[in-house]
Amino acid sequence: MIPARFDYHRAADAAHALALLGELGDEAKLLAGGHSLVPLMKLGLAQPAALVDVGDVRELSYVDERDGVLAVGALTRYRDIERSELARRLVPILAHATGRIGDPQVRARGTIGGSLAHGDPAADLPAVAVATGAVMVVRGPGGERHVPAREFFRGFLETALQPDEMLVEVRFPASGVEPWAYEKFSRRAQDYAIVGVAVVRGPEPGIALVNMDSTPVFCAAASAALGRGEEARAVAELAAADGRPPSDLNGDGAYRRHLARVLTERAVRAAAI
Amino acid sequence: MSLIGAKVLRKEDPNLVTGRGSFVDDLRPDRCLTMAFVPSTEAHARVRSVDASEAAALPGVAAVWTAADVAHLPPCPGLPGLERPLLASDVVRFVGEPVAVVVAEDRYLAADAVAAVVVDYEPLPAVVGVQAALAADAPALFPALGGNLVFEQPWESDLADVFAAAPRTASLHIVNNRCAPTPIEPNACLADWGPSGLTLWAAFQAPHHLRNKLAEFFGIAHDETRVIAPDVGGGFGAKINLVPELYLAPALSRALGRPVKYVQTRSECLQAMYHGRAQEQDVDVAFDDDGRLLGLRFMVTQDNGGYPDPGGMGLPALTTAMATGCYKVPRVAVGWRNVVTNTTPVASYRGAGRPEATFMIERVVDLVADETGLDPLEVRRRNFIQPDEFPYATSSPLAVYDSGNYPGALDELLRILDYDAVRQEQRRNLDDDTKPLIGVGFSTWVEIAGFGPPGSLEAFGHLGSWESAQIRVQPDGSAIVYTGASPHGQGTETTFAQIAADNLGIPFERISVRHGDTATVLQGIGTMGSRCTAIAGEGVRAAATTVLGRAKEIAAHLLEADPADLQAEDGAFTVRGTPARSVSWNDVAWASFRPLDLPEGMTPGSLETSVFQQVANFSFPSGAYACVVEVDRHTGRVGVRGFYLVDDCGTVINPLLAEGQVQGGIAQGIAQALFEEVSYDPQGALLTSTLMDYLVPAAPDLPGFVSSRICTPTPNSVLGAKGIGESGSIGSPPAVVNAVVDALAHLGVRHVDMPVTPQKVWRLLEGAR
Repeated sequence: MIPARFDYHRAADAAHALALLGELGDEAKLLAGGHSLVPLMKLGLAQPAALVDVGDVRELSYVDERDGVLAVGALTRYRDIERSELARRLVPILAHATGRIGDPQVRARGTIGGSLAHGDPAADLPAVAVATGAVMVVRGPGGERHVPAREFFRGFLETALQPDEMLVEVRFPASGVEPWAYEKFSRRAQDYAIVGVAVVRGPEPGIALVNMDSTPVFCAAASAALGRGEEARAVAELAAADGRPPSDLNGDGAYRRHLARVLTERAVRAAAI
Repeated sequence: MSLIGAKVLRKEDPNLVTGRGSFVDDLRPDRCLTMAFVPSTEAHARVRSVDASEAAALPGVAAVWTAADVAHLPPCPGLPGLERPLLASDVVRFVGEPVAVVVAEDRYLAADAVAAVVVDYEPLPAVVGVQAALAADAPALFPALGGNLVFEQPWESDLADVFAAAPRTASLHIVNNRCAPTPIEPNACLADWGPSGLTLWAAFQAPHHLRNKLAEFFGIAHDETRVIAPDVGGGFGAKINLVPELYLAPALSRALGRPVKYVQTRSECLQAMYHGRAQEQDVDVAFDDDGRLLGLRFMVTQDNGGYPDPGGMGLPALTTAMATGCYKVPRVAVGWRNVVTNTTPVASYRGAGRPEATFMIERVVDLVADETGLDPLEVRRRNFIQPDEFPYATSSPLAVYDSGNYPGALDELLRILDYDAVRQEQRRNLDDDTKPLIGVGFSTWVEIAGFGPPGSLEAFGHLGSWESAQIRVQPDGSAIVYTGASPHGQGTETTFAQIAADNLGIPFERISVRHGDTATVLQGIGTMGSRCTAIAGEGVRAAATTVLGRAKEIAAHLLEADPADLQAEDGAFTVRGTPARSVSWNDVAWASFRPLDLPEGMTPGSLETSVFQQVANFSFPSGAYACVVEVDRHTGRVGVRGFYLVDDCGTVINPLLAEGQVQGGIAQGIAQALFEEVSYDPQGALLTSTLMDYLVPAAPDLPGFVSSRICTPTPNSVLGAKGIGESGSIGSPPAVVNAVVDALAHLGVRHVDMPVTPQKVWRLLEGAR
């Protein structure tokens, strides 16, 4: 409950944050809302030598529509996404899933970029980004690059971000992401999902699972089957066969696969055209 | 108008909701040091060495002590030969047991020093769970014990004749899951030992008890030992345990000449604050075709954890005492075993032994219903002790039920619950795969409260079983009530002011209640075992009555009237029938300190008195609860759709607070039934060391409550209050589990152990496919 010693830096803007990351090297971590990183530090599971607090970088807090995408600044708080009329209209699955994160206190602090950069496979937004085919805008010393969400998550709490880079924006397709459904199964309302599933039907269907592997799972076969108009049950069978589900106190692998099947079937039915 | 039964808002809340409460961690005396433990990472190991040299050399570290540094001090109070040491010396017996203690300038430096202490363990095979501990080849925690069985109370008879002759019998093995009490404030204490003696601020439920124990431990006088329980953020029974920090903080303060504070982190609290429940039970029941109970045979195996706590040792005695619940059972055989395992010690947790009894007997009654095909309510009605049969002597000498109306509570429950509608929906849903399975479960329960009659708490090391009350009317007519009870969230300042106001005729707003300081409260036992209102509250009533009698004498003297003709109300004494002849309480109070205004023979300062309130028997609150659940037949999730409750705690002082106690207790009961379980791996590593793994439910996870009550006062007191603090956590778990079993009964499910997790239910559903 008491973190190891660390240095603390506060970035005035994104450029300052990047400069600090460049100076401090790979022992530094960005601190946004702190709702993923700080608990790990308090439990001693993360011991960064330095934190770069980007809480003041308000230039990266926005929800905009431009060029056919919903552009969400990396430091936009969950609550602002949940309540954004634009997000609710253009990418409703994002607004809805964001409203299912933690509890009101968590949503008042946590940010979309913080969640995605942390890369927890049990979190809600990574799967939503994968299912919708979102694109990550990553800024580093050499400028910006775009990484599709489906290539962004590399391993447990591991992403395509380099130590001197930061996620600055997430771009969701502003059309073609309906109908949709998000099913989350947890024992308490505030918990991470034991299993969750994001389903986007649209012209390019996407199905992604929460907490079924060390990364969010893009269900390629199930997504294709959904595109072919196959029955919900058949789609669910394919989805549930994906991933290598973990075992913990809440559920073993067999139960998680079962949940993935049930939840996917429900989500596909709920996302009926 | 009487204040007894009035919905008065809590006196405590303005402080607490504006952040003006004063908890131990809010206290920051000058030069205060922080104490932290080096916890064992092993469940069972020999400690080869503890190297504290690097930690001791760190900046800001005032001391690092190991077992060798406390060798001159006794161990924690316990069973002879099995006492828990202040710091583990040669062997550690559970993960989290302190092997060293660090004192530093602040808690961050203390945490760094803890990390720098190097302990060399030689791991020993660990035993987790009572079955493993009792296995023939189990490693022994205490070799001198010759095994892990600390105590065994065998059956007096195995009731072979009853079971041989009974038309029907059934059996059940029950695991009552281990729970972590998890008060919002963890264990905390602050010791300041100066030239004038020791002061210990502690988040504790029984400050005088702790004062007595500290004085005995250190060989110092009571008058130089002061214990203060300031605002305390919940305890649930866990803050009466005599744990090492309560002795180490004073010892370190004395040695270092500075105040020493200890506050657990949440993870330390989950790991080291003593757990509750952790019982296995084997029960056999004999009954006839009409569902009448003929005999009950019940063996309790209590997991006492790494060290047998004296309070924890007594849990099975309470469980077996209440084994027959509110039913007439002609023949009963009970026995128990206390077992040590390589886990956190187990002691009192809200209900302490009685939830385990209630869960057992209420499951058994449903089992009898299942076997006979009778409605579970019909089986209950056929076996109830009737209202005209009190006092009712059960098979246990501890349990002579004082009063009750079990059929009346059930009637009231069926008034607020539409039982037929639930059954109809249950039948409708059964064959509709798109609908959840519905289940309804009942618990008609009785518990022991009001601890207790003489001898009952002495058995657990307390000075007595009475409680003190003192009233001191101030010169301006306001009054201060001092109580030996030590509230930690109950709202006692409010209820006792109500009782005092009602019996003094002084306005509620002009009464303050003080508690929790051995230097100002004359003596005390503490708040536990649902005793506060039943005993301490009765003491306040008795003290107020005495003071009122003296005040009437003074008022009569001032009014030149007969004391018998006076009535005290709304802050004044008035001659009955002559409203104009009146004197204010303020004037009477003022006069009480002025000899020239007093009647002959009365001395100044007469408007104060002390009472040591005793009771002749326990009180036995009861009630009838119903839980309606829906089970998702595809995921196994159990949702509590509604909880219906009827409580009978005798006289209610404040319905708001009574309702709060019941709802909080039921929240903990539902938590035990569906969410919470302390889990260890087979090597004794704690798997539930954070609130992400130990699932305390929050508001969205709990149902709405539909509540009502009936009132059967206890004959033990004039007040008639029975106690209500533990009712909810005692009565509710079997209602939840009975509902789940009811929902799954068509699949052949007869029992499911707590917590009823979705995965567990899914397996039952799969097994039936």
